[in-house]
Amino acid sequence: MVYARLIAMRLLKAVIVLFLIIVFNFFLIQLAPGDPAAILAGEAGATDEAFLRQLREQFGLDQPLYVQLWHYVSGIATLDFGYSYRQQMPVLDLILERLPATLLLTGTAFVLSLALGIFAGSMAAARVKKISGSVIMALALVFYATPLFWVALMAVLLFSVYLDWLPAYGMFTVGAHYTGMAHILDVAKHLILPASTLALFFMAIYTRMTRASMLEASQQDYVKTARAKGLKDRVIQRRHILRNALLPIITLAGLQAGQMVGGAILTETVFAWPGIGRLMYEALMQRDYNLLLGIFFFSAALVIVFNIFTDLVYRLADPRIKEAS
Amino acid sequence: MSFFARFAQNRGALIGLIILALIIAMAILAPLLFPESPWRMVQRPFLPPFEVDGFVLGTDTMGRNVAAGLMHGAWVSLLIGLVSTSVALIIGVPLGAVAGYYGGLVDDALMRFTEFFQTIPNFALAIVLVAIMQPSVTSIVLAIAIVSWPPVARLVRAEFMSLRNREYVEAARLVGQGNTTIILKQILPNTLSPIIVLASLMVATAILLESALSFLGLGDPNVMSWGYMIGAARTVIRQAWWLSFFPGMAILLTVLALNLVGEGLDDALNPKLARERQ
Repeated sequence: MVYARLIAMRLLKAVIVLFLIIVFNFFLIQLAPGDPAAILAGEAGATDEAFLRQLREQFGLDQPLYVQLWHYVSGIATLDFGYSYRQQMPVLDLILERLPATLLLTGTAFVLSLALGIFAGSMAAARVKKISGSVIMALALVFYATPLFWVALMAVLLFSVYLDWLPAYGMFTVGAHYTGMAHILDVAKHLILPASTLALFFMAIYTRMTRASMLEASQQDYVKTARAKGLKDRVIQRRHILRNALLPIITLAGLQAGQMVGGAILTETVFAWPGIGRLMYEALMQRDYNLLLGIFFFSAALVIVFNIFTDLVYRLADPRIKEAS
Repeated sequence: MSFFARFAQNRGALIGLIILALIIAMAILAPLLFPESPWRMVQRPFLPPFEVDGFVLGTDTMGRNVAAGLMHGAWVSLLIGLVSTSVALIIGVPLGAVAGYYGGLVDDALMRFTEFFQTIPNFALAIVLVAIMQPSVTSIVLAIAIVSWPPVARLVRAEFMSLRNREYVEAARLVGQGNTTIILKQILPNTLSPIIVLASLMVATAILLESALSFLGLGDPNVMSWGYMIGAARTVIRQAWWLSFFPGMAILLTVLALNLVGEGLDDALNPKLARERQ
C-alpha cells in the first residue's frame, strides 16, 4: 500500500517535471534566432519558401503563442515529437531505434562503476594509514579530473591502434552478420571500451564516497561493540561497516543518473556507438533542433525513471525510511 | 595556526597550488610568447613533437602550433571556469539565502524550482542551450552557469537554516536591523567558507564542461580552446596522437589542481572537520 501511494506520488511529480520540460523546450525554439519554421525543419536559412509556409500552417505558427504552446504540448502528450526533416523519419522512431544501445551502454557502465567503486572504496577505507590506501585515493582523484572524451580517445589509441585488442568503433563488426552467441560476443567485445571509459569517472566518485561513508560508519558504537565481542576485522568491515555505508551511496548513485546520460553523449560520439547520445551529436552537426529537443526530453525522462527506481531500491534496503514516511 | 599553514599541511593542496600557478602563468604569458594568432598556419601540418626547434609540441592538421594553442587555450579555460562559476554564485546564493532565511512557502517554491533544474541532465541541457543560443563565450558561460547553480542554492539554504536562529541573529533583530541587513551583514559572511570551497570545485567542473562542449563543436569559433583542439584531432588520432594527448593532459592537470586546492581550502577553512577526518 505504502509503495503504491509512493509510486503514484513520484509519478505525478515526474509528469509535472516532464510537462515543464516540454514548455521549456517550446520557449527555447521561440528564443532561437531565426524563423521557428526553419528551425523545426532543421534548416539554417536556405529553405524553399513554399515549404516553410506549409510548415508554418502545419505547426500553426501564424497563431497566437498560447495556441502554439497548446499544440506543442498536446502533440508531445500523444507521443508526437515531430518529424526530423534531415533524417526523413519521425523523431520518436529515431529515438526508440537508438534507445536500446544507450540503455545497454549506460546500464553496463553503471553496474561496473558501482561494483568497482564500492570495492576500491572499501579497500581504501580498510587501509587508511597504508600506502596502498593512499594510492587508490590518488588514482580516484586523477580519474575524477580526467575528461571523459579524452580518456575514451586515449583508450582507442592504446587498445585499438597500438595493441589491436579491441574494436574502436561501432556496436558490431560491419558485414559479419553474426547470429546467436557469436552476435552477443561480438557486441560484448565492442562494449568493453565504451562502457569502461564511461565507468571510470563514476567509479572515482563511488570510490571516494564509499571510503568516506565507511570511515564515518566505523566510528559508530555498534562497531565498537562488534570489536569488543572479538569479531574479526574483516567480518566487521563487511557486515557492520560496509552494509551501513552503502545507503548514502545508493542515494548518490541515483543522483548520478543524469551525469551518466551526459557522459554517454561523449562516449557514444567517440566510439560511434549507435545510441541516443550519438544521435544527439548528429542532430547537433545537422542543426536538427527538433530532434535535439526530442532527445533532450527523452534523456530527462530516462533520468526520472531511474531516480524513481533508485528511490524504491533505497526504501527496500532501509526499512527505517518506510516507517518515517 | 595561520590560514596558509593549515592549507600547506595538506601536501596535495600545495602541489595543486603550484600546478595552478603554472597554468595561470601559461595563460598570462601566452600573448607574450606567441603574439601571433594560434589559428595561423606556421609550419607544415602534422609535424611531430620534439623535432623542430620552436615547435616543441608539433603542429596540427592545418600546420598550427600546438604549443601556442595550448597556452592561448589556458586563458579561455580559466576565464570560462571563473566567470561561469561567478554567474552560478550570483544565481544560487540569493535563491538559497532567501529560501533558507524565510522558510515556509517561499522555501518550498524555490526548492521545487531548484529540484527541477537538478533533475534535468546537466550536460544535455548545456548542449541544448548553447546550440540554440549559438556557440559563443557568452552562451557557453550562461549555459554552464544555468546547469551548475543548484548545488550552490542548496548549500546556502542549509547554512542559512542552521544560522537564522543563532543568538547573534536574534540580537541583530532586537536592535532593529531589517531582514535584508541581517541576511547580508550577519548571516552571509558566516557562510562564506563553505561557499568558497564549493566554488573552487565548481571552477574545475566548469572547465570540464567547457572542454566537453567545445569537443562536440560547440565552442566559440573565434577562440582557441583545449576541447576544440581534441575535437578537431579526433579523426586523425591514428596518425597524430600528440594533437589530442597534450590538450587532454592540460585539462586533466588543471582540473586536478583545482580539486586539490579545493580540498586544501576545505581543510584550512574548516579546521575542526579536517581534524575529525584524520
